[in-house]
Amino acid sequence: MVRSTHTKEDIFRMLSVIPDPEIPVVSIYEMGMLRDVLIDEDGYNVVLTPTYSGCPAMGIIAQDIKMTLDANSVFPNKVSLVYHPAWTTDWMSDEAKQKMKNYGIAPPLHSSCNQDVFHHNIIECPRCHSENTVMLSRFGSTACKSMYQCNDCKEPFEYFKCH
Amino acid sequence: MTHQEALYSYCLRLGDNALIQSYRLSEWCSNAPLLEEDLALTNFALDMTGRAQALLTYAGQVDGSGRTDDELAYRRSERKFRNNLMLELPNGDFAFTIARLLLNATYEYYFFTELRKSADETLSAVAAKTLKEVKYHMTHATDWTLRLGDGTNESHRRMQAAIDALWMYTGEMFETDEADALLQDKNVAVDMAPVQASWKAYIENVLKEATLTMPADGYMQTGGRKGVHTEHLGHILSEMQYLQRAYPEATW
Repeated sequence: MVRSTHTKEDIFRMLSVIPDPEIPVVSIYEMGMLRDVLIDEDGYNVVLTPTYSGCPAMGIIAQDIKMTLDANSVFPNKVSLVYHPAWTTDWMSDEAKQKMKNYGIAPPLHSSCNQDVFHHNIIECPRCHSENTVMLSRFGSTACKSMYQCNDCKEPFEYFKCH
Repeated sequence: MTHQEALYSYCLRLGDNALIQSYRLSEWCSNAPLLEEDLALTNFALDMTGRAQALLTYAGQVDGSGRTDDELAYRRSERKFRNNLMLELPNGDFAFTIARLLLNATYEYYFFTELRKSADETLSAVAAKTLKEVKYHMTHATDWTLRLGDGTNESHRRMQAAIDALWMYTGEMFETDEADALLQDKNVAVDMAPVQASWKAYIENVLKEATLTMPADGYMQTGGRKGVHTEHLGHILSEMQYLQRAYPEATW
């Protein structure tokens, strides 16, 4: 039994403010992780897709969603994970990429990855915009990022890999 | 064997491969030769844990027992595990870990490329997701194999020793049983013959470029599919399952 009435748009509006726990300047909606809201007689089902299979932020995101729904009296609610279609950085909005850059993370360069996963074109330094940068480590603090350094301003920075 | 039993066995096998491999890679945490490798290997481990979660969750749904991914990971004894023996072997030196990663990630790359076409929607979705991640594992292992194989005398020696020691565990990856046959009829399971051919061609090229010798196929170890494991799996489980064995039903 649905004890309250909210439209799909209402729910999207409530949830679109939830930040990505790892990159708090962008929301889970802007990241493309929030896929759908299904409403039927059993209640509200928020459909979420992980960026990477083992992303540890998923548990926190699911919890944030439940808390937001509970606080807005959206009952009964549940969060489910889907793997298809597989998440891609193509779903990140341009606005999100710009926010990410302002935050100090170089956004994914181009859309879907090719076979050559590590050999990118030039990654621009998000701080001084120099193109004279070098990869330090293929992997970083999270599965989605590589570590770079700018040869001009010397600042190390993270690059969000295209995926 | 029913379709349901075959599918359960298939999911369990794939899930256990991911879980046990993940466990071994995560043992490198804080022990890798370089900080960058610590990050790389544990990142791979995380991808595999995620994959294991998805596949074991599905296995629990398929068999109708309602067991969760955690119950399947923490409450089964070693004879119930279906992973390939290669993945449970101790890490050895860095060359051994890289060699195993190369052999297995290459296998997974070709395997999941095929599984993406599976008639089972859940398996095909997991395969599409895995494929994106396994490309990183395969590329990384390939680069290190070239660097170590075509490196110093010592790195070459260790890399060759690792490939030689692991070779007899590679046959098991391509084994098929009743479950495979049943599921292949319904376009759910992967036909292993083309996977094996692609795997062999890729490995042969990489080893050649790395100035390493590809071992001749000889005796191949087997047993994982039947739950007959090396002595090493028991040690993994005694640590991995400790908490749930000591405090059943404990939750985070």
